[in-house]
Amino acid sequence: MTQRYGLKGWLLALAVLHGIVACAGFFAPYDPAEQDRAHPYLPPMRIRLVDSQGLTHLRPFFHPLHLSDGSFDQYGESTDQAIPLRFFVAGTRYRLLGLVPFRIHLFGAQASRIYLLGSDAYGRDQFSRILYGGQISLLAGLLGAGITLFLGVLIGGIAGFYGGWRDGALMRVAELFVALPWLYLLFALRAFLPLAISPVQAFFLIILVIGAVGWARPARLVRGVVLSAKERDFVRAARGFGATDAYLLRRHVLPETSSVILTQAAILVPQFVVAEMTLSFLGLGVPEPVPTWGNLLASLQQYSVLVSYWWMYVPALAIVPFFLVYLGLASALQQEAGTEKIERTTGGDRW
Amino acid sequence: MRYFLRRLMQAAFLLTGVSMLTFLFSTLAPGNYFDEMRLNPQISAETVAALRAQYQVDRPLPVRYARWVSSLLHGEMGFSFAYNSPVAPLLWVRARNTLLLTLTSTLIAWALALPLGLWGATTLGRLPDRVLSSATATLLAIPDLVLALGLLILAVRTGWFPTGGMVSVGFENLSPLQKLRDIVLHLELPAIALVLSALPILVRHVRAAVAEVLEAPFLRAAASHGIPRRTLLYRYALRAAANPLISLFGLSVGALLSGSLLVEVVMSWPGLGPLLLEAILARDLYVVIGGVLCSTVFLAAGNFLADVLLYWADPRIRTGVTAK
Repeated sequence: MTQRYGLKGWLLALAVLHGIVACAGFFAPYDPAEQDRAHPYLPPMRIRLVDSQGLTHLRPFFHPLHLSDGSFDQYGESTDQAIPLRFFVAGTRYRLLGLVPFRIHLFGAQASRIYLLGSDAYGRDQFSRILYGGQISLLAGLLGAGITLFLGVLIGGIAGFYGGWRDGALMRVAELFVALPWLYLLFALRAFLPLAISPVQAFFLIILVIGAVGWARPARLVRGVVLSAKERDFVRAARGFGATDAYLLRRHVLPETSSVILTQAAILVPQFVVAEMTLSFLGLGVPEPVPTWGNLLASLQQYSVLVSYWWMYVPALAIVPFFLVYLGLASALQQEAGTEKIERTTGGDRW
Repeated sequence: MRYFLRRLMQAAFLLTGVSMLTFLFSTLAPGNYFDEMRLNPQISAETVAALRAQYQVDRPLPVRYARWVSSLLHGEMGFSFAYNSPVAPLLWVRARNTLLLTLTSTLIAWALALPLGLWGATTLGRLPDRVLSSATATLLAIPDLVLALGLLILAVRTGWFPTGGMVSVGFENLSPLQKLRDIVLHLELPAIALVLSALPILVRHVRAAVAEVLEAPFLRAAASHGIPRRTLLYRYALRAAANPLISLFGLSVGALLSGSLLVEVVMSWPGLGPLLLEAILARDLYVVIGGVLCSTVFLAAGNFLADVLLYWADPRIRTGVTAK
């Protein structure tokens, strides 16, 4: 019972995290591309309840920031001005979940823009960009994992079900892919594809690249399950009754692989989100101005940014809760399937 | 002997396969180095055409592959368009730095993982084990990129570690001992990043392997004979649990290589990582292939080393008698 509960808990946490990112428009106060050239590299604002006179307010407020005298990037708080934080305010128009036109935001302010996590070189709101960036990064991870698992099931299924030379040839290639360090493989594949392309093209390109790199491990796992499943009595019986290969695969063999596939999905998705981050960080992935968790970090490659504007690092931390939840989900799924011990000793983790 | 021969064959197969695979990928490329060159108004079309002919980029794939293999046998590994020199010497310098970083990190990671894993296994389910488990789970959830950038910011803001590159300015004028010290100081930060990224996985595996062995009857018997705990753990348990760990050692070399690629770029350690990235951006075909192949050689070497160690540690392999 407790295990069931564990699995449900992780799924709930996953749904909440993904829900926040999916509804980025509502949680983010601004459009990710909206610039405020007068306020580059603004540090995160502090939300306060107690004002400079020591009075406690019920409604949270913040002080707007202004450039300090004689400086181009040092800000000071204008303590004489207190701007109340407003909830459920009407702001920039957006489409909820990409469909429903909407203009209510969770929070906002009227007299000055609010920067919860500071602003970037163009004065764009980091908080909004992180939320919107998550949409791209997570979608890349999910679609990439989808492609990988599709390839894995296809190749592993063929190898396991038909055996013979097909099995031999496919598994030799799989060994190659498993043996190579995956980041090098990712790079090698990315290296030979076009560099200067539009964000949309780049997005689909890197999904394909990421999806094509990781198929070998799921393929080998699926093959193992298929090998044992096709010798089960009920499968032999069905075959004896004249069932076709396609029917056997669809009805009896592939359903056996579902727990392996689910576990692999929970392991692969965060890994592939990181792959997208890595490529975009290095300038090989989705380019500006579209925000992703990877290219939000790209400015950290400049030493001056690294030294002076620590809040540019915050996007990196967004992946951590997702990773934790996916890992928890993976181990809960393994417990469910009773394969925990095997997975643990054969290294069913990120290697 | 046949065991080693078979392993060497496997490594050779891996290398051939990878080189063919990267060449195959390269035909997917819609552009190459010379296409970028053609955009440069200072270089005439004739020059580009002459260069194309010289490097035979227009020949069919098998021909190019054959030429590349022959240049490999001559110790050149093709030609770098951007550096205007054979690839091998370029790679060699960078590979040395990468090796220095990854080997140091592998050793440190294992030196930490063994006692920590043992500690977790002996206190299974109790407080130290649980603290260790949650610590490794947290570290597992922090990707290499996040870890490396975080450490870099920490270093820059605190000034505890020198950042960027492998040596300080004025390195040439230092005495040999000072040179060594300088390199070690620069090594610290990338090595910490790599060790922290590998550590949780290693600790978890050591813990699992040892915990399994600790249940074995022979260890209970040994314990009841009054053999000291330390001997019991390090001489008996670790030895019996060595098999999966040695295989993991081979794997960890590959994983650290993968990780080091990123850490090197982030911390500008002059290894294969930055070279590979530059080559990708410049479409310097043979450098990319060389870099990928170089990492595969390291990887194969790591796996081969693990096989040798297994041979030494496991009598079942030595005598050719397999269990079951």
